[in-house]
Amino acid sequence: MERAFFEQLAMPLFDQLYNHACWLTGDRADAEDLVQETYAKALKGFGSFAEGTNLRAWMFRILRNAFLNSRSGLKQKTSYLEDEETGLDEAVAHEVTPEALLLATESQEAVFRALEKLPVAHREIILLCDVDEMSYREIAQVLDVPAGTVMSRLARARRNLRAALGAREAVR
Amino acid sequence: MTACGQDRNALAAYLDGELAGEQERKLAEHLRSCPECAAEVAAQVRLRRAMKPAAMRFAPSAEFRRKVQGQIAPKRSAGLRWLWPAAVAALAMMVLAVVWTRQSAARNEAFQEVADLHVADMASANPYDVVSSDRHTVKPWFQGKIPFAFNLPEFAGSEFTLLGGKLVYLHQQATAQLVVGTGKHKISVMIVQDDAKFGTALPFAGGVSVRDSFNVETWEKNGLRFYVIGDAEQGAIHRLAQALQGANG
Repeated sequence: MERAFFEQLAMPLFDQLYNHACWLTGDRADAEDLVQETYAKALKGFGSFAEGTNLRAWMFRILRNAFLNSRSGLKQKTSYLEDEETGLDEAVAHEVTPEALLLATESQEAVFRALEKLPVAHREIILLCDVDEMSYREIAQVLDVPAGTVMSRLARARRNLRAALGAREAVR
Repeated sequence: MTACGQDRNALAAYLDGELAGEQERKLAEHLRSCPECAAEVAAQVRLRRAMKPAAMRFAPSAEFRRKVQGQIAPKRSAGLRWLWPAAVAALAMMVLAVVWTRQSAARNEAFQEVADLHVADMASANPYDVVSSDRHTVKPWFQGKIPFAFNLPEFAGSEFTLLGGKLVYLHQQATAQLVVGTGKHKISVMIVQDDAKFGTALPFAGGVSVRDSFNVETWEKNGLRFYVIGDAEQGAIHRLAQALQGANG
């Protein structure tokens, strides 16, 4: 009963995957397509999935690849390429003091809006780390990159978010 | 770098729980003595906490969940759904088979008794208790011997000749057996109080059927069951049956 086993393991991830897909695409219909495709592909490939390895990371990776191949994903693909080369000016982010950051986080909506505005590669890694609470190792599996890349990309993503929040705070 | 020379990424890794034991211990120690780093960590902790509700911002509809679940669910659930009526049908078939077998057994039993009586009578050295071709003699003879009354048609001028009658037992019930001749053939007519057990089991009501080389016709009328059995041709059996039905209408 491989299907029953897959259902038992994969369905608890449903809410998480759907939420992540919505954050990636910014559209519920697109997110539904992604999740549906993810489950179909995961079921198909479940035979090759090695038991004991991380099913969650494996399914998030399938979702991510499906997203990158989708129409909305292709549009944002450039942000992945740009990510590694264009480092933000670290000084800008760090002008945002801990006090300003604390103030900015007072507004839940402001945090969400800042997250939405991030390049998808940054939004994605922050979500995997802070929202889905994955370890760097898991994130490396999802993104199919070395653990060192996870650390540096995460640092850039956080600076970026911090700058966005600080700017918002400054405007207010 | 912070003013105190601490790596900000190390602070983040510390909060993510990704620092190795020794590094983690050292940083924890540093945070206790450095207000600047402590403030930075506090702000980052706050930001992470503000991020948590993002986990529940988008919830899938129950309908969508059912849709996906339906697509990945094991075939068994779908299978069972159509297996259910199949199981009911199979069970119904079994019940029918049992009923049919039992009816068939009862039918064969009923027929066998009738046929046995007929054969026994044909082979008997004393085939009749009452020998008469006169229905007005035969019919009264049965009075007091059987718990019912019946009528006989007028055979004079027909192809049939009444040969005689005999008291027999069919289904453990007193039965009037009449022997009617036609040509060289002898036909037995059995009249007995109807027993639902045998009556419903007999499929050859309403026509002549062939059982073990005998032609037989049976019917029920006014609580009486009639059997007409013999090796005469089917048409003769049927005509005799009709004559009896006419007399007992």
